[in-house]
Amino acid sequence: MFLGKVIGNVVCTMKNPVMEAKTILIVQPLDRAGKPKGKPVIALDSVGAGAGETVYWCRGREASMAWHPAEVPTDCTIVAIVDRVNVVEKS
Amino acid sequence: MVIGRVIGEVWATRKTPSHEARKCLCVQPLALDGSDRGDPVLALDAVGAGVGERVLVVTEGFSAMTAVGRPNSPIDMAVIGVIDHVELEKGTA
Repeated sequence: MFLGKVIGNVVCTMKNPVMEAKTILIVQPLDRAGKPKGKPVIALDSVGAGAGETVYWCRGREASMAWHPAEVPTDCTIVAIVDRVNVVEKS
Repeated sequence: MVIGRVIGEVWATRKTPSHEARKCLCVQPLALDGSDRGDPVLALDAVGAGVGERVLVVTEGFSAMTAVGRPNSPIDMAVIGVIDHVELEKGTA
């Protein structure tokens, strides 16, 4: 999983029926200092996250397991809203 | 699998039910010479590792879910071992 910050959302009217009523969010990956790093990714939301929140997301086939046994065509899913990150300083 | 160092923990209240009661660790992947390799990742703990320890991390779904004991759940990385020492042929790191 990877740390990220929700920076926006994507709206689709025409989409796979299984994806209906699921939010599609844009997530900016973060580095160990909490600063943006790398390109934003599009992820399906499974926990009710919103813009500005720090989250962590899961990639790959496992991403669709958040809705198991439903088969949702996603390769990137937000699986938690982060309350606190405690990372030791780089020595 | 990759070698990494646990550099922190992440707390989340609102999360997918399969992640409940499992510690989420922030792990910095390491190169063989001990230097940082790439950016930190988050992995669920399957062995009771703590901050500062050198660990073995699986980076693929099936093995991660099996290690954590939560089949069919959205887990793509898990800490599956605490490393005591690594032996390496001279000049290969």
